[in-house]
Parts: sequence; structure tokens; C-alpha cells
Amino acid sequence: MKVLMKGNEALSEAAIRAGATLYFGYPITPQNEVGEYMSRRLPTIPGGAYIQAETEVASINMVYGAVSTGRRAMTSSSSPGISLMMEGISYLAGAELPAVVVSIMRGGPGLGNINPEQADYFQATKGGGHGSYRMIVLAPASVQEMTDLTVLAFDLADKYRNPVMVIADGNLGQMMEPVELKDSYPNNYDHSAWALTGAKGRKGHTITSIYLDADEMEDYIHKLYRKYGEIERVETRHEEFLTQDADVVIVAYGIVSRVVRSAVELLRAEGIKAGMVRPITLWPYPKAVLRKLAETATFFLACEMSMGQMVEDVQLSVEGRRPVYFYGRSGGNVPTPAEVVAAVRQRM
Amino acid sequence: MTYEIILAGFGGQGILFLGKMIALAGMIDGKEVSWIPSYGPEMRGGTANCSVVVSDRRIGTPVVTHPNVLVAMNRPSLEKFESTIQPGGHLLINKTLIEIPHTRQDIDVTYLEITALAGELGNPRLANIVALGGLIGRVGLVSRDAVIEALKKELSGKKAALLDLNLKALDAGQQAVLLPA
Repeated sequence: MKVLMKGNEALSEAAIRAGATLYFGYPITPQNEVGEYMSRRLPTIPGGAYIQAETEVASINMVYGAVSTGRRAMTSSSSPGISLMMEGISYLAGAELPAVVVSIMRGGPGLGNINPEQADYFQATKGGGHGSYRMIVLAPASVQEMTDLTVLAFDLADKYRNPVMVIADGNLGQMMEPVELKDSYPNNYDHSAWALTGAKGRKGHTITSIYLDADEMEDYIHKLYRKYGEIERVETRHEEFLTQDADVVIVAYGIVSRVVRSAVELLRAEGIKAGMVRPITLWPYPKAVLRKLAETATFFLACEMSMGQMVEDVQLSVEGRRPVYFYGRSGGNVPTPAEVVAAVRQRM
Repeated sequence: MTYEIILAGFGGQGILFLGKMIALAGMIDGKEVSWIPSYGPEMRGGTANCSVVVSDRRIGTPVVTHPNVLVAMNRPSLEKFESTIQPGGHLLINKTLIEIPHTRQDIDVTYLEITALAGELGNPRLANIVALGGLIGRVGLVSRDAVIEALKKELSGKKAALLDLNLKALDAGQQAVLLPA
């Protein structure tokens, strides 16, 4: 049965139904509905707990502790708060811990504003925290996907013992759409081999990211990168819309992909063969599909609510075979289909 | 058909609830729907508005910039959004609180004593549902049955006592726009 829910609330309910019973967070607009929802629901669930931490630095470290016990736990925040979590995310990656972080992007840099943006792409996909690590990054484009990809985030986190970020802009957090949720989602992962559950009657487990010896550290990093390679091979996800015969390939994710879909329809009505690629995983990035489309397309246009961040991944994917242009809006402005159409026509 | 709707007024007029009822009714009618508030830093008593899309087709952006339906519950809303209405679009004006006339000649305009009708029912806070009655009477938008089902869904439990009054407000708005001026 479909229900009408806000993106922030729908992802929270999905997390709970996926077995996440522990939430730690600090309030920040435009994601406050997540904490609000969790504070209402989790205390009613056996073993559930909601803690409003004193800072985002504390939230992410509470998550570190919670997931070390093998339990599903999460935090959420928005841009300035996510910046504060970067150290903790690096530690989670370094210690190979499965955690889910929801990032509902707002305007920046600095305090910025509370309007929707997509300017935290670099931060999410290119590190953000220190060291040689990768985080899986999922980008929903509807309230339904806010739930589906949150469930997937917990599965991928457990499957690879790696932090996973669900990243969306303020609009997706704030908007309501019909959504269908299952009663529960299976959690088939057994963490007993490494989780800290009390060492009575067994050898103790250690969770750490410290390797003082150079060769030992290098071996460990290589092991991580074998895992990242596997994730790139197996977990890359994208959606294509009318790309088969497309001369113009527009690349957009999240809320912007919806605008671009409308723009593609308008362009097609004018006789311009446009299509869209929508990355669903921002890391791993769907490079192969873009590289293949570079054989047939005339040019690419990346559309974002930023000054141009994902466009660099389009360029890396296309490897100079075709021109890659950019159209973006900032500050909380959402591009309109007419603007995207104009940006394409300008390059014809 | 795609209805791109902006509902605007001041905080406390139930703008967001009105939007939610339209979206919920649209969903019950089997349409694609989206709802999004303008969630900027608003003051209590300041302006509030939200975008609702009801469509037969998959919805692109949920943020409406050029509505084909505008509900102006107070004067600042009319002044801010009248110029953005699509030619041929609908404008519903809360005549009780807006003393200036509209200026556009290329749109369908309905004047309705929204706040006054709500006051006659004993509660000015019913203004949003009077407006909803006006919308379904004049524009169609969503079916009356779906609106009633949406109201029943939302006004359940502790709020169930409010249902009758809300249904009366819906009727008052709908009948007022159907009567000859």
C-alpha cells in the first residue's frame, strides 16, 4: 500500500525496517525530520536507542562504537555537519566498519543556507576524510528511492564492511511523494567473526585502523583496494533514458535527473536526439557506460546543482573523446527544464 | 493533464496541510503526485507556500515556478505569484483578506470569501479546507470523493472530532464557487 511521506521520514522508516535500531545525530536543516522521526520511533523498538549527540563529531563516533558491536546503526546530517563527520568516516573505512551516513545537502560553502544543493559531491566521492579509502555513495532521485537505497546502503555496508553514504539534496528530504515500504527487509549478515560482543569464552576481537609498520600498513591498504575494486566491478548502478540513439547525452543525478528527464522529452519533441544517464552510485561511478556512449554521442552535458563537480567524473569517463559541457545552478536554485534545453541548444 | 499548483498565504492558514490533502487525494485518484514546502527561513506569521504537482505522467521537478493553479490566501501571495501563473491558468483569491483586484486578463480568476466562510463555520482555521472546496468546485483538480477519503485518513484518532467541521468547510467552499456571483 502506498503512503504519502516526506523523503526524510521515508528513509528513516526504511532504515528501521531494515533493522537499524540505533541512531545518533545532531539537528541541522534540511534533515531534521530524520532525527525527529527516529526519536519518536526507536525508543519503542526492543533494543532501540536514539541519542541526540553533542556534536556531529560525537554522532559519527557513536556510530563507530555501535556498529563495532555488529548492530545496524546510522547517523544523518547536512553539509556543515557532514564536514565535521569526515574524520570519523575515514576511521570507519580504516577499521572496515559497516555504517550508513545520510547526507541531505544544503547550500555552502561555510554556513551557506538551508536550500538544496549538490555541492558536496567531491566531499562524498573523493575522500573528504584523510587517507586511502573509498566510501560507497548512493544518490536517490525520488522518495521511493530514498527508502530503497537506504535499505541497499545497509546491505552494502554489511556486505563489504564499509561506510555507505546516501546523498540527496534538501528537496528530496523535504518533499512528499507516494512510497511503498515492505514490512521488513532481510538482514542476512553474520558479524560474529569480528564484532565486539564480549569475549567471554572466546578469543577477543580487535577493531582498529592503526598499522605502525610500513609494510603492514601497505598490505592492509592493498587489501582495502582489492575490496574497492570488487565493489567497482559488482556494485556500479545507473539508469539510462533514451540514450540508445542519443547525439546529446545529459548526465545528472538526484533531483536534477528529474528535471533533465523533462528536458530530454522537450528536446526530443523538437527533433533533437537527447538522452540521459543517471548515476545511482556516485562511487563507484558508471564510467563504462559513459565511455561506451562516447563512441556514438556528439557531446555530453553534465547538469548539477553546484558549480561543477560530477562533471569531472564525466570528463574522466569520456577520456577526451567528446566535448563535455556543464550547466549548473547554485545557492538553492533548481534548474528548470527550459534552462537545460537552452544549455543544449547553445552547444548545437 | 498536469496541475502545477502553488498554495500561498501566511503561517497558520494551513497552507501545508491544504497541499498535503491535495497530494493525498491525487494519490487516491491514482495520479502521480508530489508536495514540497518552501522551507526557507520563514518567520512565524510570515509567508508560507508550497508546491504540489498532480499529474497523469511521471513528475519531473516538484518545485513549481510557473503554476497553472495558484491559491492566494493573502495579499503578499497575490502580489508575489500572480505574474508567474501560466496563461490560461487558474487563480483562486481569498477575497476576505485581499482588497486589491487581480491584474492578469489571460487567466481564470475566482474570488471567494475563504476566511469569512471559515469564520461562519466557527473557526477561521478552516480556511484551507474552504479553499480546497473552491478548488474542486472551480478547477476540478482532484475528485471530491478522494478529498473526503484523504480528510478521513488524516483526521483520524484524536483529530476525528474535526472531520465533520472540515467536511462542512469543503461543502461551503465548493458550493460558493458554484453559485452565480
